[in-house]
Amino acid sequence: MKKHFGLVSQYAIGILFGWGLIISGMSNPEKILGFLDVAGNWDPSLIFVMMGAVLVGLAGFYVVSKKTGAFFGGALHIPTRKDITKPLIVGSLVFGAGWGIAGFCPGPALVALGSGHLKALVFVLAMLIGMEICERFFSAHQKASDQG
Amino acid sequence: MQIDWMSFTPLPSFLGGMILGVAASLYVLLHGRILGISGIISGLLHPKLTDTAWRLALVLGLVSAPFMAALFFGIFPVVEIESDWVAIVIAGLLVGFGAQYGSGCTSGHGICGLSRLSPRSLVATLSFMGAGFLTVFVLRHLIGV
Repeated sequence: MKKHFGLVSQYAIGILFGWGLIISGMSNPEKILGFLDVAGNWDPSLIFVMMGAVLVGLAGFYVVSKKTGAFFGGALHIPTRKDITKPLIVGSLVFGAGWGIAGFCPGPALVALGSGHLKALVFVLAMLIGMEICERFFSAHQKASDQG
Repeated sequence: MQIDWMSFTPLPSFLGGMILGVAASLYVLLHGRILGISGIISGLLHPKLTDTAWRLALVLGLVSAPFMAALFFGIFPVVEIESDWVAIVIAGLLVGFGAQYGSGCTSGHGICGLSRLSPRSLVATLSFMGAGFLTVFVLRHLIGV
């Protein structure tokens, strides 16, 4: 029974996160690009999104640091790595370049897909291919998805 | 530097950001995991019997968020996509590859990582923000796309 509640909770948190993206304006690629365009007509909204998210997140992760397990059972899967590696930096730079081209990152792309935008679907499919290319050819020296 | 006051939405963005923080906090409290969208999606590429259902449930939640927002609040998200198809495909490939190689994206590194004061996530966030600024500068101001 608890397993089914767990799935409902996953679904509900997905919706909640999507609402956060919609309300903050981050589900709109043009708004992301407006933030990344510091030399143009700059929209600093994303800074306020990060402030709101991290302010709450700091409290949330502080509470979690006192816990030993998750509410729905099982251990906490929280990354413990501290090493700054080349894949971390190179991967993030490549990610940022793609983010700057279309203004999409994974979460907002799924929300835009749900709003019925065909381009968001194409973006998500290309993203999956990009992930698979990394898994196939570049993951020998790195355990991927340890961070999220 | 010139601020786009017409587009600037400090209050909704701050409130929306707080909702993102609540979602990320609930996620780790209830499910014991980092709410990193790229990692949750990429785990679906090579599905394991025990962890496919929850990944799908979360992804479906995100996809149904606009419908639910319309249903409950009458809010319809603004989504303006001005990139052409070629740019969309290139951007998707880079975002997918980069998130996988760099172990995270804007949610996992940006929101969760900074919230738990992870030095790796700080480096990742500065890297992708820097690359994003540079890419838009090159595309909009040097090439003039």
